[in-house]
Amino acid sequence: MAVTDSASPEPVRFETHPDRYKHWRMELPEEHGGSVCRLVMDVKEDAGLRPGYPLKLNSYDLGVDMELADALMRIRFEHPQVKTIVFASGKDRIFCSGANIYMLGMSSHAFKVNFCKFTNETRLYLEDMSANSGINSLAALAGTASGGGYELAIACDDIILAEDGNAAVSYPEAPLLAVLPGTGGLTRLTDKRMIRRDLADAFSTIAEGVRAKRALEWGLVDEAPPKAKFADAVTKRTQALVAKSKRTPMPKIVLPPLEATRGDNGAEYKYVSLAIEPGSRVATLTVRAPDGDTPKTPDELAKQGANAWPIRAFRELDDALLELRFNRLSVGVVKVLTAGDADKVRAVDAMLAANKDDGLVNEVVLLMKRVLKRMDMTAKSFFALAEPGSCFVGSLLELAMASDRLYMKDTDDGGDVHLGTTAMNGGLLPMGNGLSRLQSRFLKDQSRAQTLVLSPAPLSTKAALTAGLVTYAPDDIDWDDEIRIAFEERASMSPDALTGMEQNLRFGGPETMETKIFARLTAWQNWIFIRPNATGEKGALTLYGKPERPEFNWQRT
Amino acid sequence: MSSVVTEERIPNNVNLSSDKKLQRALEAWQPNFISWWKEMGPEGFQQDDVFLRTAISVTSEGWANFDYVKMPDYRWGIFLADEVADRKVGFGDEMGKPVWKEVPGEHRNTLKRLIVTQGDTEPASVEQQRLLGQTCPSMYDLRNLFQVNVEEGRHLWAMVYLLHSHFGRDGREDAEELLLRRSGDENKPRMLGAFNEPCTDWLSFFMFTYFTDRDGKFQLLALSESAFDPLSRTTRFMLTEEAHHMFVGETGVLRVCERTAEQMKTHKLDSPEAVRKMGLIDLPTMQKYLNLWYTLSLDLFGGEISSNAASFFATGIKGRAKEDSYDDHVCLEKFYGMDVPKNGAFTHEDVPLRNAMNEVLRDAYVEDCQRGVDKWNRTIAEHGIDAKLTLPSRRFHRHIGLFADVACDPSGNIITKEAFEKQKGSWLPTDDDKAYVQSLMQKPVYDPKQMASWIAAPKHGIKGRPVDFEYVRHQV
Repeated sequence: MAVTDSASPEPVRFETHPDRYKHWRMELPEEHGGSVCRLVMDVKEDAGLRPGYPLKLNSYDLGVDMELADALMRIRFEHPQVKTIVFASGKDRIFCSGANIYMLGMSSHAFKVNFCKFTNETRLYLEDMSANSGINSLAALAGTASGGGYELAIACDDIILAEDGNAAVSYPEAPLLAVLPGTGGLTRLTDKRMIRRDLADAFSTIAEGVRAKRALEWGLVDEAPPKAKFADAVTKRTQALVAKSKRTPMPKIVLPPLEATRGDNGAEYKYVSLAIEPGSRVATLTVRAPDGDTPKTPDELAKQGANAWPIRAFRELDDALLELRFNRLSVGVVKVLTAGDADKVRAVDAMLAANKDDGLVNEVVLLMKRVLKRMDMTAKSFFALAEPGSCFVGSLLELAMASDRLYMKDTDDGGDVHLGTTAMNGGLLPMGNGLSRLQSRFLKDQSRAQTLVLSPAPLSTKAALTAGLVTYAPDDIDWDDEIRIAFEERASMSPDALTGMEQNLRFGGPETMETKIFARLTAWQNWIFIRPNATGEKGALTLYGKPERPEFNWQRT
Repeated sequence: MSSVVTEERIPNNVNLSSDKKLQRALEAWQPNFISWWKEMGPEGFQQDDVFLRTAISVTSEGWANFDYVKMPDYRWGIFLADEVADRKVGFGDEMGKPVWKEVPGEHRNTLKRLIVTQGDTEPASVEQQRLLGQTCPSMYDLRNLFQVNVEEGRHLWAMVYLLHSHFGRDGREDAEELLLRRSGDENKPRMLGAFNEPCTDWLSFFMFTYFTDRDGKFQLLALSESAFDPLSRTTRFMLTEEAHHMFVGETGVLRVCERTAEQMKTHKLDSPEAVRKMGLIDLPTMQKYLNLWYTLSLDLFGGEISSNAASFFATGIKGRAKEDSYDDHVCLEKFYGMDVPKNGAFTHEDVPLRNAMNEVLRDAYVEDCQRGVDKWNRTIAEHGIDAKLTLPSRRFHRHIGLFADVACDPSGNIITKEAFEKQKGSWLPTDDDKAYVQSLMQKPVYDPKQMASWIAAPKHGIKGRPVDFEYVRHQV
């Protein structure tokens, strides 16, 4: 079946650099000796990613958030001395007014979903920095933070709101737009700041929001100094966050551009290939094992810098996943392949696991973790294929475990297809639910995950099947047909039903704030987004800023 | 009733004596209002007897009672214009339905915000003008200043009444905060820009009362159309008082024009320098003050294209001034053509009429402003002086809306920011201009027989009293 993304405009590209930021300033104020990075949001009104919506009042679109994601990544790798991030606004009286409504109103459903997902991931990265990298964050709200603006603040460790009789925090989405604060806003009210449900209810229905005094009373902010004392309060809290930081020293790693060759048929990177046959709804994603010398120590890793396999390959994989999400809407199924020398993967994994407390190694492992989570959260069907020449081992085994199914070829001699675990499968790369992918796979008997990690010998197809890692193991004769049918069948099913089904099945086991955020985003917000009350002809989101008023269908169940 | 809240102290037509909710709210608020007045009201005159008008009822005799009173003892009252029987919503989507006697839940926050924003301007202007008494040009003008001040105070009461009666605890908190913000205070500024600008000389005061209070008039006209009947009735009564403020502004500027023109004629002064040498305010300086206050006031109407304005109109919360004078009250089909700046030039855009309601109100305001300017020019012409004051283009010197980031000259041509900065001094008051104007107003004129030399005497006194009546019994 020939399907094209003819409706999609210019492809979205995620690579950027502080020199090219339009909307953020990265400052390292001298008074903190480099330990603090001030991220100043100063959105350029006429520099939206697409034409048609001025980004007024520090409102954001995907382009603004891409720069934020880039800044966070660079603080991790390029600014090892930074221990605290302070978010501030470059505009008077407004911190950030959230996602741009007109942008949302004119975006396709798919783009809205992708946008919300990406912004959620970025907010979680910020929280990951505080939890696992010792990089704390402070939201310094000298003006109003509404909608996504407050959602950014609530993703920080601490929030200070100036008390000047005007500045407020607010979630106006439900009353004004008939949608939800969709960047994890509601979940963070209850699960992160642990605000009483009734107060959270009141807060989320007052379009103009609440000002400092009540915001403090309700726990929406941590401090509400008068404007004259605001700067002092920010400095004090910043210093406290710096003092609390457990950031481990590491060398600076500069992240160069990815050097991808992109075309209609996909993208070619050093360690990753993304190939899409024209007109096909199947993409092939290949990740290659390290080549050349693998680093044996953190020092050697540092010397290789951004070219070191785990950094480069996973940055490339991240970019390819975003390419799939944003620019390849009609791709339904992704064939996940690996190629190369499994022993080199083992060597890298062993070095990383043995030095996990090293500052740089920690950042590299966190990078791998985030990218694998991005795969968990990508709404395409992933089928991994283990064939001769593949190397689903250790950190690359995670790709197979992140996939919805794993097909492994049962060869005659059984000799040249193997899977294998390394220490990296033992919890260093957890999913959003807090478990490793092996633990999530064996919820009934989690000791199986442990046993597998403790026996790193290569697994033949039969052994892998017995171990519960493989979905189907067709032999040489059946393989081609089985695989063709599996992909054709998958590609024929409703993408909506598949997305819902996969998201249900991928995240078995316990809930965390993270899984709740995404579950509720994909279920509730995306449902509300397609309901007429929000996006119908007379929906509130459609009519926002227009002269007509919304008309609701009043039925509730 | 308690000692602070009595019918005697608080004249009203809202049944205060039987309204427990209002009594409770005012008991807490009234003492804070008095403290605010003493701290932020006119400085140095609180113990003086001032010949003031006090509204004690809404009847034609009752709303204008004149007598001497000490300002802190002024009886700030609560009045609604008479109820219009069977009043219907006059515009928007709810057109033709009965007006709201109570706040509809769905519009509660929007209405509250609107009332708070309007309310915030009232104490703000008192704060802006609190030092002016010390440089008054005459006792007549001093009294007018205080009349304006106490009535702005009463307008605050009017808005607070709405907050107390219809918005519960939130309303009480907002009423409290109206007394906590301070004009020009970096920490707790007033909500709107023009109300944080200092008003430190009498020329500014007259311009303010002419231009900025006139914004107030048009906002009140638009709100008096509101489907929320208590707001409509409150603002209708406020309009009767607002008229005096604009009279003070219009005649104030007129008297300055008259004095300058008359002296220019008598002494054949043909240059601004010559005018200044005589201790008078030259016409170019007047033009600069006009430019400043007119444009600051234009900003108060909000953005040219506004989703809020559309929603206010659609819901029936805020109409146009004199809604009756229009044919179409739904305004869903019509457009408003405006020139929108894009990349250094203008493109014509048809904006849905509802989204252009701020601009519609601004149009009415601009037209109204012109009438006074014409009068001033007639006075100048009567003295044979060949000069005119003009309203600059509404694109000039704007901080809100389409032209906020576009530099325009007073004729409305787009120029570069550098060109604007370079010529700013010939369009807007410079520090030197301000220093000069203030130098004329170093000493107050407390002798009822005297008038400062830079301003002509008014034609008439107040309420049949002569111009040299002792309107303020000032205790030195």
